[in-house]
Amino acid sequence: MLSHFFEQIIYGLTVGGVYALIALGYTMVYGVMKLINFAHGELFTLGAFVGFFFLVTLDLGSFWGPVLAISLTVVGVSGITALAGRLLERVAYRPLRDSDRLAAVVSALGASIFLQNLIMVVSGAKYRAFGVDLLPTTFIQFAGQSVPVARLFVFLTAVVTMLLLYVFINNTRFGLAIRAAAIDQGAARLMGVDVNKVIAVVFVIGPALGGLAGLLVGVYYGQINFDMGQLYGLKAFTAAVIGGIGNIPGAMIGGLLLGLLETLGAAYVSGAWKDALSFVALILILVIRPTGILSERVAEKL
Amino acid sequence: MNPTDLAAPKALEPPVLGPPPLLELKNLVVAYGGVEALHGLSLTVGQGELVTILGANGAGKSTTLMTISGLLRPAKGEIYFKGQRIDLLPSHEVVRLGVTQSPEGRRVFGPMTVEENLILGAFTRKGQDLTPDLTRVYYLFPRLWERKKQLAGTLSGGEQQMLAIGRALMARPTLLLLDEPSLGLAPLLVKSIFATIKEINESGVTIILVEQNARAALKLATWGYVLDVGHLALSESATRLLNNQKVRDAYLGAR
Repeated sequence: MLSHFFEQIIYGLTVGGVYALIALGYTMVYGVMKLINFAHGELFTLGAFVGFFFLVTLDLGSFWGPVLAISLTVVGVSGITALAGRLLERVAYRPLRDSDRLAAVVSALGASIFLQNLIMVVSGAKYRAFGVDLLPTTFIQFAGQSVPVARLFVFLTAVVTMLLLYVFINNTRFGLAIRAAAIDQGAARLMGVDVNKVIAVVFVIGPALGGLAGLLVGVYYGQINFDMGQLYGLKAFTAAVIGGIGNIPGAMIGGLLLGLLETLGAAYVSGAWKDALSFVALILILVIRPTGILSERVAEKL
Repeated sequence: MNPTDLAAPKALEPPVLGPPPLLELKNLVVAYGGVEALHGLSLTVGQGELVTILGANGAGKSTTLMTISGLLRPAKGEIYFKGQRIDLLPSHEVVRLGVTQSPEGRRVFGPMTVEENLILGAFTRKGQDLTPDLTRVYYLFPRLWERKKQLAGTLSGGEQQMLAIGRALMARPTLLLLDEPSLGLAPLLVKSIFATIKEINESGVTIILVEQNARAALKLATWGYVLDVGHLALSESATRLLNNQKVRDAYLGAR
């Protein structure tokens, strides 16, 4: 019984780590641009497919062994999704920067549909299986419990990436500028911050993290599909809202909480209710505390 | 070549009267969402001066400062700073050239600490040691030193104003734009902030002060400009403006 519970916690944290990685992309873009990047889920899908291309189509693993192949794939996936994100911003969002907010939202939805169809046309509408076991199937002992190494790998990758981001945002000069632009873009410009550059960087980091999450899901579950980004995107968006949209630690915590809620719900309530539980959580948060659990505690004084 | 070209007289150059002014606005027209806020404003500010811009609400004072800072684009006209045209530059380039602003409403970064706000003020000074500048700001505003680890949003209005001014000093500006630094502050605090503004000016920083508190501003400044719905109505020495009956009636209240 206890071991079952423990297993669910580990599983929840694994799934939650993936949600958190994707949620960071939503929250960073929202923080700076006050825009929900609806195409973010498709960048996640793109990451999975680029990973598939590297690991299965090119079969890097058989040339260089799993460690080097996966490292190279991580770099390739983040690079290509970052590039796609940058392009997305230039094509779909920058021309609409000064127009109505609704125009940007419609453009985001359009970009999402376009990217999803593009991936479908290029790679086909069927499921793709990674086939090879890229992640070890062994277990390690932790606190008297067996923990699958693959899950640990996914969780730790997510956590390490998030810690790096956290340090970047809080302890670097440019990180400070990103936070400033998220709080008050005009005031940030008066400080000499180049807001275009901030937006560009946000549209590089967010998609790279989303793409990385796509790769993790691909290698962990072993199969991917052109519309996988839709549900993951919605879940991660939920996670971002739970944590307080625009709030970076909020997205991390929101992702982990949602992962736990979903897995524990599936284990102890019903597996069929898994997705419903997530969206009930979204609705509850929006009704009870729309600013999220980590919303700013500082009252703005004018 | 047309022989008449050779015969054409050379255009008359205006006589050179020393160095150009630090800042020059030429026929500035600025529109906000279709409504014109400035209709051809021209003014100059010399190096080391402390000038004030007065005018009723909606006269275009904040618009003028935001246009100088590059957050608003003029529809017509030009802005020169140290002889260089700046009205087409992005705002971060304007800051880099040495123009900073403490904006209306203070606009401190509430969720950040006092010190983080100050460090952001020096964003354009990449890789430089900020210790002397932080020390200077804390010397000018000891209250900020006491609260340097506190979130800016938890400060009182007066402390936020000190932070906004201190933050604008961190880039080591040549020209400092101050928009309503006394707004909503207790009289005693206004006095202390104005004394500090004087001190900053005496240290060599040129200042443009936009104020509702016209009397205090004119006592501090050497020169005053009065804006009236987007036009320059008056441009005179501060002492003359203080004694101008129209200005007294319109901005200084009965006393």
